[in-house]
Amino acid sequence: MPAKTLATLAGIAAALVALYVWRLAALPGALLGNVVVAGVLTGLIYGLMALGLSVIFGVVRVVNFAHGEMMTIAMYAAVLLFGAFRLDPFLALAPVAVAFFAFGYALQAGLINPFVERPEHSQFMLLVAVAIIMVNGLLMGFGPDARSAQVDYALDSFEVGPLVVDKVRVYAASVAVLLAAGLFAFFRLTATGRAIRACADNLLGAKVVGLDVKRYYALTFGIGAALVGAAGVLQAMLVDVTPALGPVYTLLAFVIVIVGGLGSMGGALAGGVLIGLSEALAGVAFTPSAKSMFSFALLILVLLLRPQGLLGKKAG
Amino acid sequence: MATGAGRQTARAALALGGLFVVLLVLPAFANPYVLSAAILVLYFAYVGQAWNLMMGFAGQLSLGHSLYVGLGAYASAALFVHYGISPWIGLVAAVAVSLAAGAVIGFLAFRFGIGGVYFALLTIAFAEFTRIGFDHFDWVGGSGGFFLPVKEHGVTDLANLRGPPVMFYYIALAMAAGAFLAAWRLRASRIGYYWLAIRENEDAAQALGINTFRYKMLAILFSSAMTALAGVFFAFYYNNLFPEQIFSMARSIEIILGPIIGGLGTLFGPVLGAFVLTFLGDGLTEVTDAFGIQIPGLKQVFYGVALLVVVVFVPNGIWPALARRLGFGPAKKGE
Repeated sequence: MPAKTLATLAGIAAALVALYVWRLAALPGALLGNVVVAGVLTGLIYGLMALGLSVIFGVVRVVNFAHGEMMTIAMYAAVLLFGAFRLDPFLALAPVAVAFFAFGYALQAGLINPFVERPEHSQFMLLVAVAIIMVNGLLMGFGPDARSAQVDYALDSFEVGPLVVDKVRVYAASVAVLLAAGLFAFFRLTATGRAIRACADNLLGAKVVGLDVKRYYALTFGIGAALVGAAGVLQAMLVDVTPALGPVYTLLAFVIVIVGGLGSMGGALAGGVLIGLSEALAGVAFTPSAKSMFSFALLILVLLLRPQGLLGKKAG
Repeated sequence: MATGAGRQTARAALALGGLFVVLLVLPAFANPYVLSAAILVLYFAYVGQAWNLMMGFAGQLSLGHSLYVGLGAYASAALFVHYGISPWIGLVAAVAVSLAAGAVIGFLAFRFGIGGVYFALLTIAFAEFTRIGFDHFDWVGGSGGFFLPVKEHGVTDLANLRGPPVMFYYIALAMAAGAFLAAWRLRASRIGYYWLAIRENEDAAQALGINTFRYKMLAILFSSAMTALAGVFFAFYYNNLFPEQIFSMARSIEIILGPIIGGLGTLFGPVLGAFVLTFLGDGLTEVTDAFGIQIPGLKQVFYGVALLVVVVFVPNGIWPALARRLGFGPAKKGE
């Protein structure tokens, strides 16, 4: 790695951080505290979403370019279920996740499995096509206007000392953490989870011991889809949904998993918190519309300086 | 064998010449609607050709080509609006700015050994970063948009690129034809063969003594410079620029649809792909309009389905299959 380029990049990174800190230091403490807490909680939901992308990439080695679009579909599912049956999104979580699992399984088994041996750009194109169909399908079905699921307790909040934290955000983040913990347990403790990890670690070895790799790929994509489905339902309680969110979340999920480390589960969650926090802080320190600029700057720096991600293992 | 191949080449050249003559006289017969669709086809054929140099020839997947379109468009438009500088001079600045961006991205990516999906993400990141930057760049209107003054109709001012659609049609035709020739010359040159070697197997290419860094840099420089000209055309044809639109990832994807559907790495692929997409897409809009239904997103869903069908069933694109059918040669990959 050329040392001069490295030094320049490190300089740019340091200048960004200094600017950030300087702007934040001017803010009142209580506001800063609230922003930090809200950013971390939102980041946990981002982390759950990115966990889905990371699991799929880690095992199937396919980059799900339609990830944010799937997230947006789940958000619409939550909003529609709430609108039609007054179904609380926390209750809609399970059915939506199950439906997404089935969808993800079918997508991998039917469409993507024949592509796992094809060149990277070919897989990429396939999922770009799926993403285009999804986001514009939503546009056709629901139009460009924002929709939301406003539960009765949407405006309630916990007050801890000077901090004011939305109840919904706390609940949603807790569910996200629980689901992530469940996923870790699944991969550590169950035979199926271990088999999936075997496919990820050593494809040839997994085939030799007789694992039906294609089926485990489909299972994995199903699990990743269920995770993003759950994340979407939770997110639907925090932000209004429009079809245009699809590509935004896809990019956000990419940023998170690259920053955390593609294929690393802990990295996805940590990356989610980092990006959630960074966006929340940039939103108050500068202007909300510029917040993702920092995420993209971080993405560029991480891609160049540490492509395996902050928590990822060194790979070839 | 040699005579057979020669006859095929001659037939292809004849067909190409015929197509060019048809395109030359088209405005005499076309109504305004067909003309605007034809301009769009030529525009996408041009910019698809530029992207194809990088992905189709050198195997570097850029998903951020809207960056170069946007930079070229804003550079030439800003010089014209603020200083009254003719776009023919402004395009030098447009190319310079775009080249600089391409050089930075290429230098960083290729020096740090970033390829494949990671390179694609890097290009997206730069385009998105610039998009948000231009949203807050007040000198060129920020997110509110940047507008070029529109003069009265009927005046053709070629020096300032102000004029009727027919003028833009011929400019677009010249650009598309020029890009085709440039791609053809490059494809047959030493650079082109080195690109193909890098695309097929970068390690092997390097082992054979090809300076892969230099040739990948050349690919991104050629491609970004050509794409900047598309930006100049875009700015003066549409007269309005919004960062949200011109730098968006959706635009980048629009650029790459044509070459992929037509045939990656082929000369005719970008042209055929642009034609198929624009006419089928607009045809679809016509049909739904005739039934009195206007559904936003329908055309894009159709694009998505077309991309899906091609990627699944004709992974090399339509042109190689079609060329074989028409007897334009064996049309192997990259022909």
